[in-house]
Amino acid sequence: MALITEVAFHAQMRKRKIRGYVFYALCLTAVALGLLMLAALLYNVLSEGLSRLSWDFITNFPSRFPERAGIHAAILGSIYVVSIAGVVAFSLGVGAAIYLEEYAKKGTFASFIQLNIANLAGVPSIVYGILGLEIFVRIMELGKSVIAGGLTLALLVLPIVIIASQEAIRAVPPSLKEGGFALGATKWQVVRRLVLPYAFPGILTGAILAVSRAVGETAPLIVMGALTFVPFAPDGPMSRFTVLPIQIFNWVSRPQEGFHVAAAAGIIVLLVVLLTMNAFAVFLRHKFQKGTQW
Amino acid sequence: MLSQYSLGTNSRKGLNGDYMVTTENNLIIETKNVSVFYGDTPAVSDISLGIEREKITALIGPSGCGKTTLLRSFNRMNDLIPIARTSGEILFEGHNIYAENVDPTEIRYRIGMVFQRPNPFPKSIYDNIAFGPRINGFRGNMDELVEKSLIGAALWDEVKDRLRTSGLELSGGQQQRLCIARTLAVEPTVILMDEPCSALDPIATLAIEELMRDLSKQYSIVIVTHNMQQAARVSDYTAFITADERRIGELVEYDDTRQIFTNPADERTEAYITGRFG
Amino acid sequence: MSQIGVGRIKFGSGLDGVSSMDQDKQVLGLPQRMFGLRWKRNLLEAFIKYGLFLCAILSIFTTAGIISVLLFEAIQFFQEVSIFEFLGSTKWTPLFSSKHFGIWPLVTGTLLTSVGAMLVALPLGLLSAIYLSEYAPRRVRATLKPILEVLAGIPTVVYGYFALLFVTPILRSISDNIMVFNGLSAAIVMGIMILPMVSSLSEDAMQSVPRSLREGAYALGATKLEVATKIVVPAALSGIVAAFILSMSRAIGETMIVAIAAGQNPNFTFNPFVPIETMTAYIVQVSMGDTPTGTIEFKTIFTVGLSLFVMTLIMNLLSQYFVKRFREVYE
Repeated sequence: MALITEVAFHAQMRKRKIRGYVFYALCLTAVALGLLMLAALLYNVLSEGLSRLSWDFITNFPSRFPERAGIHAAILGSIYVVSIAGVVAFSLGVGAAIYLEEYAKKGTFASFIQLNIANLAGVPSIVYGILGLEIFVRIMELGKSVIAGGLTLALLVLPIVIIASQEAIRAVPPSLKEGGFALGATKWQVVRRLVLPYAFPGILTGAILAVSRAVGETAPLIVMGALTFVPFAPDGPMSRFTVLPIQIFNWVSRPQEGFHVAAAAGIIVLLVVLLTMNAFAVFLRHKFQKGTQW
Repeated sequence: MLSQYSLGTNSRKGLNGDYMVTTENNLIIETKNVSVFYGDTPAVSDISLGIEREKITALIGPSGCGKTTLLRSFNRMNDLIPIARTSGEILFEGHNIYAENVDPTEIRYRIGMVFQRPNPFPKSIYDNIAFGPRINGFRGNMDELVEKSLIGAALWDEVKDRLRTSGLELSGGQQQRLCIARTLAVEPTVILMDEPCSALDPIATLAIEELMRDLSKQYSIVIVTHNMQQAARVSDYTAFITADERRIGELVEYDDTRQIFTNPADERTEAYITGRFG
Repeated sequence: MSQIGVGRIKFGSGLDGVSSMDQDKQVLGLPQRMFGLRWKRNLLEAFIKYGLFLCAILSIFTTAGIISVLLFEAIQFFQEVSIFEFLGSTKWTPLFSSKHFGIWPLVTGTLLTSVGAMLVALPLGLLSAIYLSEYAPRRVRATLKPILEVLAGIPTVVYGYFALLFVTPILRSISDNIMVFNGLSAAIVMGIMILPMVSSLSEDAMQSVPRSLREGAYALGATKLEVATKIVVPAALSGIVAAFILSMSRAIGETMIVAIAAGQNPNFTFNPFVPIETMTAYIVQVSMGDTPTGTIEFKTIFTVGLSLFVMTLIMNLLSQYFVKRFREVYE
């Protein structure tokens, strides 16, 4: 062979093989490091906080004394705020997705809206807090209330709902819609009775993703005025409030060891809530995917 | 010089008994009872044939009968598919390439492959051709090698003053010749071609066929083709492969191309080339 | 069409009950007979379409809202503080009695932690992506990807806890020079947080590279490493660059990890061992304090917010440019 001699090739091949093994090992190390960090985080949180979990912890209010601190106010606040955010984001988001996929003419205006949504998805969450502070709290005079917080979070997770719902609606086969139109159905009838049921698993997944995101958000709510020390339960949509992540933040920021333990326990509660929601999402998705042949 | 191999339940035995082994190595590739499985399903079964040196051998047959699978087993490309498994032996220059300690990477540049759809890398023409030699440790004059390969692929005149432009900007026929040049650059002894003209127009096809005849003076070529006229035009030897009802490919007949197309021995071969099926 | 429906009822009902076409119509909620309902139906359709349209343009209003809110307050701010001080000074002390309004300490704080995070996430994320895309068998990939998703779904306040109460003590046991609040700990943990994003987006880009390119390289005798690094990654490069830029944008906008672990000390420094303050952490600091609305200190929230918004907007647009370039090659 004019190219290289046999001997040279084998030496080269050995080097190339060794490089291959080294690289493979490097890749595995990278993956392992990521997994290791996750394991370390979970282990740390569980070992610190598991013992602190108790029924008292869930029903107590925050206190100056670490042993007596509880997450009751935070849990209630989270439930209220996230519910409002979820309902608002879901209805507006699915509506927007339906419009963009089924009604809008593909042109510059539709692409402009799409560009907007893509950019909004990338805006830092704290900026939404600033927006909420100015619009909902001050201009609309809702105060630093549960409803202002809910609306702020709704705006934050809206792009998630829209993008996921759009993908789900886009996946509906055109033949299904054509069949409906051929029977004389109107646009809305086709959408409501054919498209949405088919796209439902994907839309639901998007909704749960959005709610999961909302549950974990801290910065935007702090900026629009959620409290970090709330020794009472929110008593209505106009009430001041705190949420679970903010409570954790508050406890982590205190110097006393006892509060750090409380923070770990709070994190466990938060992670359990998120895990349950995501497991529920997976379960629902499986359940509905079987039933698209109706 | 004729070696006749045909196996399978209804086929004719060869002249010197049912299996002929030549020891004087005018065969560059020999397959011995080769079967390829995807999982548990066989795609081709018990194929034994020999590819003559510096000749063009065509594999013809209806689609989906395993011709491409067989071709890909020659350079162990089937290894890239996790569930694929090959049994039997394939000798290249007398050595079994499926032996225990053989690394597929070592044989692949020596048995080059040109694919059905041209697949130039998204790099410049120069870098496309230089890729193979570079990774295989070439330390000589790369410019010369690139020029030599492009001349060998009948593409030099058309691209000599735009070597740094992207390979993707060439026409379909030019891209396929670029892929051939790329293969020539690593100086293989065998070139496998999997329906190389099926994505090209008739003029580009003729250019490639002419190139093939030129190349066969130096390289052994095995071509899979759907186009019987092409096989008749271009090849020295033709193997007819078809599948039975169980969709398992088998070698029905393998002979001098003239024989196959004027006086086939097996009725299945005759049925195929007269267009009665496939 | 409805005439046909009516006709079928006449013929079909005597023989086999409800015909299949009528069953379909029942699903759609169509009445079997249509008399005089057209104008009502059209009104409803128009109403619905308009309602959905409003939902869609809400996104435009949100963007407009963000920009106008930030600009409005920022303009007022710059009527009191000169823009030259804002962009020129390296001291940021709006909450002290002697006020300086140079943005640079916050910017360096943000960049220190974000670039640090990218130094962690880029190599680890890219190597993970190459492993998942080119090496991992299907089953391994199917189990690993959800686990990486879990990493991405953990709330950032949890990462902040991890940074302050786990990583920082470990770092401090290695070196005495590391303070309790420092940029390094936050950068490392932020890197882990954005690793799944880098990995997942890069892997998507690599998976889009057609198989035929890989086969062409294998046929020339390339090893798996060579195929991955000399063919796949270069072919997917635009997509990978887009992934990097987007992830860095995410790191810049991140708040809680730095608010908890990096400190509240606007310090114009590149030293990762000392407390610093990022733009996001500063906004949190002021919001939690007693700053009265309408004061210049309050307005700093909006100016810093505007700077943050502009930075991430530029990066997001840049990333979209690279995605477009990537799609052009493969579509």
